[in-house]
Amino acid sequence: MSYLEYNLRTVPTGLRKVLYVNWPLALLLSAVAAIGFLMLYSVAGGRADVWAEPQMKRFAAGMVAMLAIGFVPIWFWRNISALAYLIALALLVAVEFFGAIGMGAQRWIDLGPVRLQPSELMKVALVMALAAYYDWLDIRKISHPLWVAIPALLVIAPAALVLKQPDLGTAILLLAGGGIVMFVAGVSLWYFGTVIALVVALVFAVMESRGTDWQLIEDYQFKRIDTFLDPGSDPLGAGYNITQAQIALGSGGWAGKGYMQGTQSRLNFLPEKHTDFIFTTLAEEFGYVGSVFLLILYGLIVGFGVASAMANKDRYASLLTYGVTATFFLFFSVNMGMVMGLMPVVGVPLPLVSYGGTAMIILLGAFGLVQSAHIHRPRQG
Amino acid sequence: MRRNAKDIEESARRISRRGLIIASVQAVTVASLAFRMRYLQVDQADQFRLLAEENSIKIRLVPPARGLIQDRNGTVVAGNEQNFRITITREEAGDTDAVLARIARLIPLSEDDLQRTRKELERRSPTLPITVADRLSWENFSRIAVNAPALPGVTTEVGLSRMYPLGPDFAHVLGYVGPVSDYDLSKLADPDPLLQIPRFQIGKLGVEARMEDVLRGEAGSRRIEVNSTGRVMRELGRKDGVPGANVRLTIDYLLQNYVQARLGEQSAAAVVIDVRNGDILAINSAPSFDPNLFVRGISAADYAMLTENDHRPLADKSVQGAYPPGSTFKMVTALAALEAGAFGPNETVYCPGYTELGKRRFHCWKRAGHGRLSLVESLEQSCDVFYYEVAQRAGIENISAMARRLGIGEAFDLPMSAVSDGLAPDKDWKLKKYGTDWLVGDTFNAGIGQGFVLGTPLQLAIMTARIASGRAIRPRLLKSVADREAASPEAPPIGISESSLDAVRQGMFRVINSRRGTAYGSRIVDDAMVMAGKTGTSQVRNISAAERAAGVISNDDLPWERRDHALFVCFGPFEAPRYAVSIVVEHGGGGSAAAAPIARDILLQALNGGLPPLTAYPESQRTRIEAERKELQLIEPIADSSGKSRA
Repeated sequence: MSYLEYNLRTVPTGLRKVLYVNWPLALLLSAVAAIGFLMLYSVAGGRADVWAEPQMKRFAAGMVAMLAIGFVPIWFWRNISALAYLIALALLVAVEFFGAIGMGAQRWIDLGPVRLQPSELMKVALVMALAAYYDWLDIRKISHPLWVAIPALLVIAPAALVLKQPDLGTAILLLAGGGIVMFVAGVSLWYFGTVIALVVALVFAVMESRGTDWQLIEDYQFKRIDTFLDPGSDPLGAGYNITQAQIALGSGGWAGKGYMQGTQSRLNFLPEKHTDFIFTTLAEEFGYVGSVFLLILYGLIVGFGVASAMANKDRYASLLTYGVTATFFLFFSVNMGMVMGLMPVVGVPLPLVSYGGTAMIILLGAFGLVQSAHIHRPRQG
Repeated sequence: MRRNAKDIEESARRISRRGLIIASVQAVTVASLAFRMRYLQVDQADQFRLLAEENSIKIRLVPPARGLIQDRNGTVVAGNEQNFRITITREEAGDTDAVLARIARLIPLSEDDLQRTRKELERRSPTLPITVADRLSWENFSRIAVNAPALPGVTTEVGLSRMYPLGPDFAHVLGYVGPVSDYDLSKLADPDPLLQIPRFQIGKLGVEARMEDVLRGEAGSRRIEVNSTGRVMRELGRKDGVPGANVRLTIDYLLQNYVQARLGEQSAAAVVIDVRNGDILAINSAPSFDPNLFVRGISAADYAMLTENDHRPLADKSVQGAYPPGSTFKMVTALAALEAGAFGPNETVYCPGYTELGKRRFHCWKRAGHGRLSLVESLEQSCDVFYYEVAQRAGIENISAMARRLGIGEAFDLPMSAVSDGLAPDKDWKLKKYGTDWLVGDTFNAGIGQGFVLGTPLQLAIMTARIASGRAIRPRLLKSVADREAASPEAPPIGISESSLDAVRQGMFRVINSRRGTAYGSRIVDDAMVMAGKTGTSQVRNISAAERAAGVISNDDLPWERRDHALFVCFGPFEAPRYAVSIVVEHGGGGSAAAAPIARDILLQALNGGLPPLTAYPESQRTRIEAERKELQLIEPIADSSGKSRA
């Protein structure tokens, strides 16, 4: 269905669009961000100016961006999807050459006041491009090998670039996010079965390659895998984080130690307490109740996203909404799984809560696309 | 694109179906996350709460003892000494200013120390101990220890600190260690946790820096129990680290000490090399400095004194200093011409005191000229005109190839800092560097070791050793690492005919042992220790035609920094070469007067394994030599040279 088929009279126009915004979704996003502000205030030892305030400003900017993007008709976004993807890809290539080095990896482009992290941009652009692709593609060709190869390449190219930075976490998010969009679009299950089998084989090969001449990943990545499998193996180094994170989480108990009372986080056991490991502070200070509350909020955001996607009869809008929601889902589940010791530490922030430069604005911008899809969905009548 | 309604329906249904599958997977994931939370926070809560309290049990890194650096016979030249220090931890101290004030009342603390401590306290993590003062006397140390209950967060520690027992003698070879800086950390991708220890010492320069990986060792850890104020109550367990491995140098500390003393306060460098295997027995640069100052944190005034000194004590002239080799290069020119067949071994050249090239006159150092000379005589008397002719015949390509073959312009991989490559120039090099063609005048200059040619004292010693041995020996500075003997570099025959080498060696013999030789005054009369060598004087200024007409200004009348560099290379004993010595005295004047006597003393010292009997010197010089010796401040040989003791 293309925009020519929209019953344009039923699509809200002008300020009336405000009434059609997916307000429950916006409210849930704000609630999660508010929890983030509280936690950032707490981990800074009761200071707002360190992390909480800049984060609030970014959130405000992000909300404005979300609404602005949401008010632009969805067909505009579809038409620029391919362009957005190409720009993001070009930036990823550029970061290879001009990027700044941070935390041992090359991830940013320094643009004076802002640091642009193209991999963040790519997470959204990839979803847009895949949604546009499947919107364009004749549905009978979806599982044809050639027409599977093209989107697969669209996913693999940026993932490979990101992996080279090296940023394993983002690469996995890109692969998984892209894979989910392809799955929802209806690509034959055989492909996914094959890929999963290959991944298992690859993991096996990587583990076998250790210490040989053809070692496939960096030593520090092996170290992370070791630490994941047995945090006790390196209690002073990498395993320290995981052990301390679990102590923080576990010692929170049912109701937590109380706001700003967490001893673990107070004692600075975690070097990345305001970014990747912020969930541990929440869990310590608000206990099981607080953790589950945040998890429910996240679950509801995904739920509202899925509901909006299912109700949308436009293929692009629907796939885009699934894609953005799935990426969001991957963010928080990988982060939580990581701090709870269910996954290796791969460096993925907790969305809307972790302190982060461009990540929050881009995430809210992505939800702006979801809003646009929601506001401009085809209606009967 | 228009599609039929059936397709659209089908597509929407499929997307919803797949979407539902994804949504259920997501729901299951969220549920399992919730279960994991429940497991950690409810089922295991008691255990983790206990662990959180047990975080009063802390793990501290224990720095390993840094590996020793020894001389070739095991005498420690870089060791560790006990260092009493006190540290403060912000998190445990609470009001750090009050605690610091209390410390300052107990022991003398300078305002600088206090300020640095405050700054570091602010910058570093609150759980990291920050050093307040180190190298405390035992008395002050115990004063703090006794008053511990009134000083929360303050810990007394006994650590190890680097010590260089021979101070200035080894400063340039060993370099020094210093506290890790942010700059050091920024250069590393995956820093060793040890580097996070405040004021942890790492090599900054020289062998200390280049052998850092070997010397550092691995951290140990200590599990300690602390009470609520952070005071250490008891030690629960200890895992010893791995101490750094020892490194043994090829240097002989007594010879190194002698050379340093002999060079004194002159701006000079000397290298002594074993002709047979390339072992460096002494490698000195003067004036030197005390590396212990850098370990303790050098004061601004001391540092300024070192940097403002025009004799550049901080520079290692033995490997970093590249000098025009002057006449010591004439062996290279001679060998290049002989080997290329451009000059016959029995040919002679007439020296009228100058030679002309177009309108330009190239002078010999001897205004009146040397008359007719053979090759051996040309070296003996160091005739310049002879070498203008020989250089022109050999051509620059042959000369620079020979220079490289003998080690000038060759990069030697020694574990020292900023080792210079020197320079053996050729036509391509000049075209690339200056964009102009090579001129015959350039060849003239190169032939007598002036102009573009540059060699370091190390390279000159290698050149001499290669001429003496006829083999391509390479320098070796590391004798063993972690008690494993380092391999001697291979020394294949150098590929120069024995007859050419013999002619050159004969010339070098006559330089010292013939009455007309330029270094006759520095001969050795002991038959077992006869030496051969070559003087060199390299200009650092241009002599104008006007000055030449009025008579060249003598070095003594010039300001120090415009005087010529004095050079000398030698080997001995002549019949069975054992050691090669090179020496450069910056702005020392002529090589025969300023450099040759020092080189002789050094060679004799090396051959004799200690101060040589006066009978090795010509009789007329013995009284003066004896007087000079009394001035030298040498160390007594250190009795215990096992190297096993750790201070």
